[in-house]
Amino acid sequence: MAVLVPVLGRLAKALLTLLAIAVLNFFLIHAAPGDPAVVLAGEAGAADEQMIAQLRERFGLDQPFHVQLGSYVWNIVQLDFGYSFRQGAPVLDLILDRLPATLILTLTAFVISLTLGIILGVAASARVGKASDSLLTTLALLFYATPLYWAALMAVLVFSVELGWLPGFGYETVGANYTGLARVWDVIKHLILPASTLGLFFMAVYMRMTRASMLEVSQMDFVKTARAKGLSGPVIRRRHILRNAILPVVTLAGLQAGQLVGGAVLTETVFAWPGIGRLMFESLAARDYNTILGVFLVSAAMVIVFNILTDLVYRLVDPRIGARA
Amino acid sequence: MRTVLSIEDLSIALPKGADRPHAVGGISMTIREGEILCVVGESGSGKSMTANALMGLLPPGVAVDGGRAVFDGQDVLALPETERQSLRGSRIAMIFQEPMTALNPLMRIGEQIAEVFAAHGMYTQTERDKRALALITEVGLPDPAKIVRAYPFQLSGGQRQRAMIAMALALEPELLIADEPTTALDVTTQAQILELILDLRKRRGMGVMFITHDFGVVAEIADKVIVMEKGIAVEQGSAAAVLQTPQHPYTQRLLDAIPTGRLPEARRLEEAPVLEVKGLRKVYRTGGGFFREAREVRAVDDVSLSIARGEVLGLVGESGSGKSTLGRAVVRLVTPDAGQVLVGGTDLAALSEEELRKSRNKVQMVFQDPYASLNPRHRILRALTAGPIAMGKPKAAAEAKARELLEIVGLGAEAAGRYPHEFSGGQRQRIGIARALAMEPELIVADEAVSALDVSIQAQVLDLLRDLRSRLGLSILFITHDLRVAAQLCDRIAVMQKGRLVEIGAVHDIFLSPQEAYTRDLLAAVPGADWAGENRARELA
Repeated sequence: MAVLVPVLGRLAKALLTLLAIAVLNFFLIHAAPGDPAVVLAGEAGAADEQMIAQLRERFGLDQPFHVQLGSYVWNIVQLDFGYSFRQGAPVLDLILDRLPATLILTLTAFVISLTLGIILGVAASARVGKASDSLLTTLALLFYATPLYWAALMAVLVFSVELGWLPGFGYETVGANYTGLARVWDVIKHLILPASTLGLFFMAVYMRMTRASMLEVSQMDFVKTARAKGLSGPVIRRRHILRNAILPVVTLAGLQAGQLVGGAVLTETVFAWPGIGRLMFESLAARDYNTILGVFLVSAAMVIVFNILTDLVYRLVDPRIGARA
Repeated sequence: MRTVLSIEDLSIALPKGADRPHAVGGISMTIREGEILCVVGESGSGKSMTANALMGLLPPGVAVDGGRAVFDGQDVLALPETERQSLRGSRIAMIFQEPMTALNPLMRIGEQIAEVFAAHGMYTQTERDKRALALITEVGLPDPAKIVRAYPFQLSGGQRQRAMIAMALALEPELLIADEPTTALDVTTQAQILELILDLRKRRGMGVMFITHDFGVVAEIADKVIVMEKGIAVEQGSAAAVLQTPQHPYTQRLLDAIPTGRLPEARRLEEAPVLEVKGLRKVYRTGGGFFREAREVRAVDDVSLSIARGEVLGLVGESGSGKSTLGRAVVRLVTPDAGQVLVGGTDLAALSEEELRKSRNKVQMVFQDPYASLNPRHRILRALTAGPIAMGKPKAAAEAKARELLEIVGLGAEAAGRYPHEFSGGQRQRIGIARALAMEPELIVADEAVSALDVSIQAQVLDLLRDLRSRLGLSILFITHDLRVAAQLCDRIAVMQKGRLVEIGAVHDIFLSPQEAYTRDLLAAVPGADWAGENRARELA
């Protein structure tokens, strides 16, 4: 229970933040050049006065400003994100339809990069100054410095086009109609390239951070105490150094986790992955405001949720945090 | 009695480019069962290096390059790492200076103690937990069942040091190495920990190598003493012999430098107060929010005192007594919640930001840490002139004054062009004093200004302050945890406990006839108090 109390406070604040974002979104719509009705009518190719007036009435645009704001916020509270005329479907349906693909991609990349990053970081710190450490840090620097889109294109070229080992685009083989395990395997094969492209960058970041943090903590007094107890090197690294060194990595992972929904636009575009990022990209190109704003709101909600989760993890890892506040 | 450890001609090499080739240059010593050997020396004397070499915990680049350390018939320095590892924590144990940082902040106390057994593959997990509980009880920690589950941050400094000792005792070592284990503790806590070590030595019959810089502590617990200077043992012998008839000039200097409780002549003081503190209060609130209750700490609770022109008032108390908060309130680094701070008739506590900036020069502070309190990127001249220039003094005049002050504090005018890192700790504290003087203050607040310094350096800085007091008629609020230091410099002493002023009076009254129980406890806890008393008696006779 003691752990949950501060979370309730955070949740209350988070809901307020989300509401503020929704209101900001509303102002964004109104700050867009022209009036949505004119834009819509113009796109429909029939911009006569009567149709514009009809559209205004239909979307409540003839109502006073505060009434519009109120009804927009009320819709958001009811999880009604509006209708996408471009795609001919409610925005919420569109987002829910794309969300699983994005989460599969980003979560896989997240887990791979975090696990490998920490393992390699610990390994490098244990061999500091040796050749293997230099090799690992150089590789990490290379991954860190390579632009994501270039790495993605190269991966497609090498593994898909040249070698033909893995599919280079899409979420599953179109028209294959796999079911059960065969379908899972198919998705996994499609997942490997985009997930590793997305994951390599973050793996490099985690690795460098873990290594630096391990080296810093290993200078601390309690590590000397642990040695004076007669503990062996690996035990000291695992039980004493890593547990303390992991804190900044958790912070960074929390930040990355906030990007799980909105942070894969490039990768999804290059690999034609049917996720939220591509939905946003397409909507942007097509001036599909309702969809963009819906994606914004969901991304913002995700950032807030992961911030709270990070705080929780922090409390679990470091007993001082909950108790001191 | 059986010899536990015998060190023969040990030398430890420093990496190239260090200030001397050897951290330790050929020292020998023996420790017998149940014997406490104190290794005494100032910072850089090589005393900690000797201990770390025995434990195999030398920092990278530093290595033993000669001599033997025979423990149980074998030279531990020549053993392979795996054997040394199994010796560490089981037969030779060590405790450290900083109990705040020597425990893993993320592990429960019980786990950290039980880990010692695990490291040496002893007992089952349940047995380990049971023994950890027993050890916690043995070292006198309150409520052992709760302490087992506690994290280090939930314990006080003294409790953490007890937990460290419990850990060191876990496998009944024959030799305990204690590296300045009480230096970071309050006097009353220090007295308790020393008593605990004495008691354990008696019950367990282990040999103790006790490293310290404090001859008061030596007088309290040592059987034998070895005095080290720059890596060489300049004197060794029984505690009584070294303390009473020191042979080597360095030992004599160290002993002379110790504030032994010799009280200064009482001086006539002026009537006019330079500082009057009236009904000062400061409450710190922590926490508070949606679902939490705020916690209140009364750091300063209705304190009134005054300092006469030319007087040095010692403000003494243990950590958490509120003495530093009071000092910071006098400088108005913290704004008090209630009360007045009258300096030359102006109430500093009531000034607006703008007015305060103009009056800041009236009270200046000398800080504890001479390393952290000077900007490492600014030359000394800039550190000394920035304040006066901001107050509107012409640059040339400020610089001339700065050079003059550097002469006064004994550094020489050419120090102005150098950077802080080029100076030693004691020299930096002189710069800190010159910086405070440059503002031409009516009062100087010195917050633990000599606490971070070695005794001999401490004595020099105290000499300087005494000299300045008589030459410039300085008024000083001298904040310290060390009663012995306060006795050397102060005209009057104020004792604080838990935010309240317990007792205030002339040095002689406080030391010779303290009225309050807490003051008497503090005086009794001063290490080596009896020894110092004997010395005084001898001098009088």
